[in-house]
Amino acid sequence: MATIDIDIKSAQSHDSHEHDHEHEHHEGNFWTNYIFSQDHKVIAKQFLITGMFWALIGGVLSVIFRLQLGFPEANLEWLRPVLGGWITPEGKIDAEFYLALVTMHGTIMVFFVLTAGLSGTFSNFLIPLQIGARDMASGFMNMLSYWFFFLSSVVMLSSLFLSTGPAGGGWTVYPPLSALPQAIQGSGLGMTLWLVSMALFIVSTLLGGINYITTIINMRTQGMSFTKMPLTVWAFFFTAIIGLLSFPVLFGAALLLIFDRSFGTSFFLSDIYIGGEALPNVGGSPILFQHLFWFLGHPEVYIVLLPALGITSEIIATNSRKPIFGYKAMVGSMLFIAILSFVVWAHHMFVTGMNPFLGSIFTLLTLIIAVPSAVKIFNYVTTLWRGNIKFTAAMLFSIGLVSFFLTGGITGIFLGNSAVDIQLHDTYFVVAHFHLVMGSASFFGMIAGVYHWFPKMFGRMMDERLGTIHFWLTFVGVYLVFFPMHYIGIAGFPRRYYSWTSFETFSGFADLNMLVSVAAILTLSAQFLFLFNFIYSIFRGRLAPANPWNSNTLEWTTPRFPQHGNWPGAIPTVYRWPYDYSKPGAKEDFIPQHIPYSETPESNLPHENEQIKLEGVVVKPSSGHH
Amino acid sequence: MMTFLIVAAVVLVIAILYLIFRIGNLVGVVKGKEGDAVSAMNNTNAWLFMLFLVAGLSVFFWYSFTYFADYTLPVASEHGVVTDGLFWTTMWITVGSFTIIFIGLFWFTFKYRYDKNRKASFFADNHYLELTWTIVPAIVLTLLIFKGLTAWTDITGPAKDDAVVIELVAQQFAWTSRYPGVKDGQLGKNNYQMIDAANEFGIDLSDKNSFDDFKSLELHLPKGREVLLKIRAKDVLHSVFLPHFRVKMDAVPGIHTTFKFTPTKSTNDMRAETGNSNFNYEMACTEICGKGHFSMKFPVYVHDSYEDYVAWMTQQESWLKQNPDYLKRVPAELREVAMIKAGLPLESVAAPQVTQTSN
Repeated sequence: MATIDIDIKSAQSHDSHEHDHEHEHHEGNFWTNYIFSQDHKVIAKQFLITGMFWALIGGVLSVIFRLQLGFPEANLEWLRPVLGGWITPEGKIDAEFYLALVTMHGTIMVFFVLTAGLSGTFSNFLIPLQIGARDMASGFMNMLSYWFFFLSSVVMLSSLFLSTGPAGGGWTVYPPLSALPQAIQGSGLGMTLWLVSMALFIVSTLLGGINYITTIINMRTQGMSFTKMPLTVWAFFFTAIIGLLSFPVLFGAALLLIFDRSFGTSFFLSDIYIGGEALPNVGGSPILFQHLFWFLGHPEVYIVLLPALGITSEIIATNSRKPIFGYKAMVGSMLFIAILSFVVWAHHMFVTGMNPFLGSIFTLLTLIIAVPSAVKIFNYVTTLWRGNIKFTAAMLFSIGLVSFFLTGGITGIFLGNSAVDIQLHDTYFVVAHFHLVMGSASFFGMIAGVYHWFPKMFGRMMDERLGTIHFWLTFVGVYLVFFPMHYIGIAGFPRRYYSWTSFETFSGFADLNMLVSVAAILTLSAQFLFLFNFIYSIFRGRLAPANPWNSNTLEWTTPRFPQHGNWPGAIPTVYRWPYDYSKPGAKEDFIPQHIPYSETPESNLPHENEQIKLEGVVVKPSSGHH
Repeated sequence: MMTFLIVAAVVLVIAILYLIFRIGNLVGVVKGKEGDAVSAMNNTNAWLFMLFLVAGLSVFFWYSFTYFADYTLPVASEHGVVTDGLFWTTMWITVGSFTIIFIGLFWFTFKYRYDKNRKASFFADNHYLELTWTIVPAIVLTLLIFKGLTAWTDITGPAKDDAVVIELVAQQFAWTSRYPGVKDGQLGKNNYQMIDAANEFGIDLSDKNSFDDFKSLELHLPKGREVLLKIRAKDVLHSVFLPHFRVKMDAVPGIHTTFKFTPTKSTNDMRAETGNSNFNYEMACTEICGKGHFSMKFPVYVHDSYEDYVAWMTQQESWLKQNPDYLKRVPAELREVAMIKAGLPLESVAAPQVTQTSN
């Protein structure tokens, strides 16, 4: 089929591509350009492709356990070639392996896909391009950040192949279950590898985060004041700060857990009788671990979500051909969310035996976070209002994100209220809530980002029709997977259950569970359309114009294939905010950030005419911020 | 052979799809649509959003009303009525705002789809609007927080002095319960170091309150009387979940957690209410605890009255009576008391020793 290549354009582009390669060659060799590259754009692609690989693994794992939940009677003998001994002689998934699947699905999706894959990709790719910098503050640290992530991935991946299985105590790895190999097989070597992998992962996140923060503070181009920064960069900035403050706490928790597991300490263990013997550990507290875990775990939700919200703010404004509504409120609400994210963690622990008074405080703080979240949703909707909306694939996924953020966010008001949470805690209501608001919303942000910035990453366009089909299948699919879970959760079905048949109370909903599983399989299948589109377009997609979406931000002022250093000549100076879309009086419906007010007298607002006087004066970019 | 055929068929289908895609692409190139600002699919997408809006909301409301009884559990505790009330209040508020915003989101998406003759309006901010949708949610949330915290404080407050105390012990993958005997009404002390194959509670037999404690493999509760559950775990985290009573509390090794509640419907009441003569309350585990997590069921029975419940209690054999060997662990000076409280006949093996020590 590849022989019917009569597309002259694509043949030509191939030539130019070869040409570009030659350009790069005189700067370094294959290893320094593509593997151990210090160019933020290459590192971004490395994060993206690794993230996509993990997303596929995480998705497949979820479909395997959905088979068990949706079709409890089915014979899964056909999976034996892949899963081997994890298929019982009766053709079922082993109950302990089921827990390992759930655990690895969570770990992979939260950390490897939505943290590294999303933030790693787009923070790396967009920060220098959008603030007008030649690269990250430290290209070397940035490279290290990826390779620590890679190492962490290798360790986590290898744990999938252990005979005792990977970690199986849930992605939250609560001790004592995660500390005692006698309690569950996965707490043996599988858990050791989990902890090692996470430690490496945290190092990667910190190296990346320090770089993002430094780059944003110090390396903005002339004129790019904080108030002129695109919302994407604001989002990456807050995300990096949250990560820098919270990940070390998880590192501490992991370290203490390693001590408890291997060196006989009792940080989290006390009064345990297991396997016919009383363990010597006394004085530890399993609840302490939960505090430490969620001190990262809750901010982690926003580490995952904020970049997606930043990306969609950009995409929705661009494709509505309208300024984002309430720029300052958007920044303010992100800041407020970032601060609050540190003081709400214990809402995961209302019924863990924690002092109920703490529960009251955390209910109060948690529900406050709904206010800035609501502001963001209203601002998105108002941005669409009286816009002129182009449904690019990226735009479709961004609208999908707003829809998920709304649907899933609203159930947070139930769960954040401790009295209501008593019944809903650890049921499918929680599963529905966080998969929509954090999982699917962030995933859609990531996909939207790929569609939108693909032209700048690979110099070519992705296929928009395939993108549209991909969107509708995934959008409807995700709702079919997670919406029914609300009902199952209100009915009290506990999560992490291999089967509900032991209980009369939970004997219903075989129909909904089957629907969910079928929808999950279809949704995963739809992702192969994306995968095909992605790979195909890298090599054969239409050549991208420099600014395919008529967007305002600086990355679109770079050439089709930006080289190391991003701009061939001087870095453009910034004169205006990034959201001058459909400005009254303007010739076009967009005015990029690097166009001075002196060139647009027809559309300037009165206070902007004042700015013209200053435009000739060379201002040191960050002088106002030190 | 079959496998080969299947693989061949899949490859063929993928090949055909790829060809269709390729041809579509080439046709697009020939037609030269590239210059169009917006593809013809823009309208299709806008209409699909409308379809999604209408179909989505319809299915949501239809299912929620039609199958209401299937996804709601009858409530059988005093505080459960309160938390359910708060749940449904929150539901009305959130579903109301959800529906409005959802319609707004997709209606605007549809209405303001691209039109080359129109220009989007340059509407960058409006302080009144933004203040409104900051303050209104804040007020509504304040009300919810207030109602929630009032309920929470009541639920987690101290139990009444005359509350029925029951100990629930979790282990991989079973529950047991221990009741204070009717003679002293107090649970004896326990110590995890004393756990062995028979003494599964780790009962400390130097405490005289332990002598009449008894074990039950079914959770018995009185109707209309406050119950205080004292919860602990032997090995890993578990969680007590009594879905009909809206009760959930983790069992944590090393600490005792508690939950107090008042059952309002006996098992018989529930059988009448649900019309299911086989109805039984159940208790489940809701904290991941290992391989058998999903099977940690504990049967629950609610007596029609407190008197019924006491009658049941008096019929139970004390743990010590069931395990007379453990008399050896009772300090010598307490053995007589132990035997009396445990309901052991005094002429049994230990009797002579008792007389000796009492001299």
